[in-house]
Amino acid sequence: MAAGAASGGSARADTYKDARGWLLLPSWAVLGIFVLGPVCMMLIYSFLTKEFRGGVIWEPSLAAYDQFFFDRGLFGDEPPTIEWTYITIFWRSIWQAGAATLLSLLIGFPTAYFIATRPEHVRPVWVFLITIPYWVNLLIRTVSMKFLLRDQGPLNDFLIGTGLIDNPIHIVNTNFAVQLGLFYSYLPFMVLPVYAAVERYNFSLSEAAADLYASKWTTLRRIVLPAVKPGVVAGCILVFVPSMGSFLAPDLLGGAKNFMIGSLIEEQFKGNAGNWPFGAAASMILLTMVLIILMFSARQQAKADKAGG
Amino acid sequence: MKNLLKSSSAALALSVAANAAAAEGKLVLYHWFEYMPQEVLDKFTAETGIEVTMDTYDSNESMLATLKAGGIGTYDVAVPGDYMVNIMAGEGLLDTIADGELANKGNIAPEWADPSFDPGRASSIPYQWGSTSFAVNRDAYSGDIQTTAILFEPPAELSGKINMLDSQGEVMAMASLHMGIPQCSTDREQLKALNAMLQDAKQHWASFNSDTAKEVLVSGDAAVGQIYDGFAAKAREEGANVEYAYPTQGYVAWMDNVVLLKDAPNRENALKFMDFLLEPENIAAVTNYAQYNAGVTGVSEHLDPSLAAQPEKNPHANAGEGVFIEVCNQETQAVYDQIWTNLKK
Repeated sequence: MAAGAASGGSARADTYKDARGWLLLPSWAVLGIFVLGPVCMMLIYSFLTKEFRGGVIWEPSLAAYDQFFFDRGLFGDEPPTIEWTYITIFWRSIWQAGAATLLSLLIGFPTAYFIATRPEHVRPVWVFLITIPYWVNLLIRTVSMKFLLRDQGPLNDFLIGTGLIDNPIHIVNTNFAVQLGLFYSYLPFMVLPVYAAVERYNFSLSEAAADLYASKWTTLRRIVLPAVKPGVVAGCILVFVPSMGSFLAPDLLGGAKNFMIGSLIEEQFKGNAGNWPFGAAASMILLTMVLIILMFSARQQAKADKAGG
Repeated sequence: MKNLLKSSSAALALSVAANAAAAEGKLVLYHWFEYMPQEVLDKFTAETGIEVTMDTYDSNESMLATLKAGGIGTYDVAVPGDYMVNIMAGEGLLDTIADGELANKGNIAPEWADPSFDPGRASSIPYQWGSTSFAVNRDAYSGDIQTTAILFEPPAELSGKINMLDSQGEVMAMASLHMGIPQCSTDREQLKALNAMLQDAKQHWASFNSDTAKEVLVSGDAAVGQIYDGFAAKAREEGANVEYAYPTQGYVAWMDNVVLLKDAPNRENALKFMDFLLEPENIAAVTNYAQYNAGVTGVSEHLDPSLAAQPEKNPHANAGEGVFIEVCNQETQAVYDQIWTNLKK
């Protein structure tokens, strides 16, 4: 069956061999206009001079990157030292996004495993149930989360009602609330790829391991995890990357008291600062970091594939 | 690249203009959120047959950014605050209204006919005016609230229960009043002290939020909220036991204005809309909804009688002066931007 499909595929590939370039044209055009174009524009803008109150002056300048890395004091005339402000903001974002990814993995992996081990005809129902809350707009879900968590909200009412606590726990406007918001926003991006990977996993391998006296833990660690690793890696990337750039959760649940990368960039375009080159430079630095992470994981993957093959 | 961008944006502008010309009877309005009752727009459509499309923004600065990033040529009118009219005029984003183009221009109240931010009302008409100060939940605090110290050096009962507007201009103006320094100070000692004062004050603040400034007071999430007078009145009507303060140090005064944008695709309709909003009956409907004040003569007979008696509209005898937000020059503004970033890092 698999061989048949493969040979069919290659036959088809031959049929379209001459037209392949033309048929790919729409994809290239879309990628060029909507991905490459904006990124190039951002790259160019980050090296231009800022115009007062938004906009750019077409003169090359390194001021945006200088502002990111060097601190010249409140009045801009002290000898430069390392600027920690933006590094702190980036570090906070990485930390929050990393924690959200880990939390999603801890909850998402068992969930995905559970779904994949149900009988085949009920699996779509479980997947459907996972996705239902995500038909609602992210903003609405984040606001609802705030309503649940607030001092006079259902969660605190319940805990006080059961006598577990006497005074409400302050959750809203803390880093913990931001963490919960990120985790909740992106959980299905972990569950779905992991589920897809676990579903393809051949469970007779686990039985074979058990026959060879492997404990359940050993089976999970040495047989299941390596087999579903691509799904886990994809899930981690899908949660980590949007969490890094998120600004809804920090604004609404964190009280906008501390910038994350997303809100810092937003402020440069929509806020009082109106510093477009700096916003573009911060975006480029973020993009570079994400690309490094992606390339690193791709290389690891390639290495693993080679070792496996 | 630059030429490519220019020519493509010119092409885009042309096609937009062509579209607009083809679609007679339209008006594209760029407005604040929760600030325009639908009945008023419906009435305008009924009277003129002009269909209104409205997009909204949540701060003067984000409106400016949208217009500068290519929104100009799409919208006919916008509703910037006082200082922003000044900035937009300087950026060349406004069209001039020639004498005689507005039939109802004479309806503008005399005190608002020649404001410093738009001399002679060259490009704008009044929309609403009011004040920005703060409201305090009286269940949480019963002491004296007529001081900016409530926001910046709050009593222990209110610490950690304060919501500030997420708006650099309003926060900085209020902080300057608190310290008794000019809004665009160039004195280094004053600026350092302002930076330090805000860092200390932040320890007492729960959040920065403009969109939900009213909701956090109603829900009880915040006991003190920096807020506009009309929003404070609405919070009170929605059941929050809040009192709006007029601090002795002063408060922020503002006026929003309907401006005619440069390259408005439906310039004629925009002027009709401005004339419509200068009719006392129509602008009074906006005031009854938004609960601020109109800048048009003859509105009082159309106003909801309870509005005039609202405590939010009647400063007490010891209230400080209302001041408009000032526009700083580039060099000074850079320092204020830095202080704001320090505050939110």
